[in-house]
Amino acid sequence: MPRQTPSQTIGPFFSFSLVAGGENVLIDERSSGERILVEGRVLDGAGEPIADALVEIWQADSNGIFKHLADPRHEDADPFFAGFGRSATDEDGRYWFRTIKPGPVPTEDGQQQAPHINVTVFARGMPIQAITRIYFADETANERDPVLASIADPQRQQTLIARREQSADGIARYCLDIVLQGEHETVFFDA
Amino acid sequence: MTRLDRLKPLDWTVHPPYLHEPYRSTVSRSPRQRLVPLPQTLSELTGPVYGDGDVEPLDSDLTRNAVRNGEPIGERIIVVGRVLDDDGRPIPNALVEIWQANAAGRYIHKNEVHDAPLDPNFTGAGRCLTNAQGEYRFVTIRPGAYPWGNHDNAWRPAHIHLSIFGRNFLQRLVTQMYFPGDPLLPLDPIYNGVPEEARQRLISQYAHDVTEPAWALGFRFDVVLRGSQATPFESEGGS
Ligand SMILES: [Fe+2]
Repeated sequence: MPRQTPSQTIGPFFSFSLVAGGENVLIDERSSGERILVEGRVLDGAGEPIADALVEIWQADSNGIFKHLADPRHEDADPFFAGFGRSATDEDGRYWFRTIKPGPVPTEDGQQQAPHINVTVFARGMPIQAITRIYFADETANERDPVLASIADPQRQQTLIARREQSADGIARYCLDIVLQGEHETVFFDA
Repeated sequence: MTRLDRLKPLDWTVHPPYLHEPYRSTVSRSPRQRLVPLPQTLSELTGPVYGDGDVEPLDSDLTRNAVRNGEPIGERIIVVGRVLDDDGRPIPNALVEIWQANAAGRYIHKNEVHDAPLDPNFTGAGRCLTNAQGEYRFVTIRPGAYPWGNHDNAWRPAHIHLSIFGRNFLQRLVTQMYFPGDPLLPLDPIYNGVPEEARQRLISQYAHDVTEPAWALGFRFDVVLRGSQATPFESEGGS
């Protein structure tokens, strides 16, 4: 059997190939669900912004359905919602996505996961990506989410929960920094 | 709901750790807390799906996809390979995106400072989808080595960056392909961050069957992603 190909860092020079512009907008006027802005900074162990990171997201549509064959409900997925997005950080380390608030996602044993966004972080200085999740502070379902519950330290749980702020145009804004290292280090997963 | 087809764990005997001090920028960018085990749910076992509409035929020919007033300078090469999982199953419709320096070792990027010429007919960006057999093919220019600031007189060995989307979120891989016999490889802390016995898997092989007479040299580089936890059915491997 072949063995896995080792990962290597994305390096600093990916954007001319991977980012044409607009990959961080997952919606158009036809997409259904609550339109939201998700944003934050990627920070290093010294608290400095990382200006050359790439943040990718993958999420369900507003009904919690994925447009993918592994989801038995995929035929009901919103045809006008991409589910995948990519944002290169700017000079302030900032990433942002225009998307919709995902619905809860079922587990195999019939439970529900609270609405969440799967996140992959790549950067120069990261030999392999780190994966994490973004949850939403105003979701009561967070209290029953099996993944959040698996994080014993409540302070570390908070590193996954985006706070809700109202923006000027009335669109809900969810803010969460991704901290690679240090006192407020984000919870990263091994799946 | 139906049972999900879970993946084998990420093989940490193959992948580089987050912290590899000789590669200096890992020091402040490496998570230090233990990774939290995450169950493989529908969120992890799905991912973006790509199809023919997502790429143009010219996207995979880097010697032609940025031509302005002539041909790019340098040694023309053909890079082929298969994307498969570690059960040996090919992965069709995998999106493979690549980027690289030009023949002089220069990238098209605003933060690039290397004093080497740009090539007006070459950007070094390409993409393609694997076919039903999991195969991909690029035509490009052999990239040059380039200096970087990691340590005194540091040079990256010639390489092509690859980004691959497999069947789901967990198969995502970003890596670099190197060239056989490069004397810079043993000096490179990025290459050396990979456990020793796995390093050579990052080196492409010269492929004379891919080389085209009087045209371009061929190199082969297979990419292996995490396979399924379940033993594949025997019939899948049959004819
Ligand atoms: Fe590079």
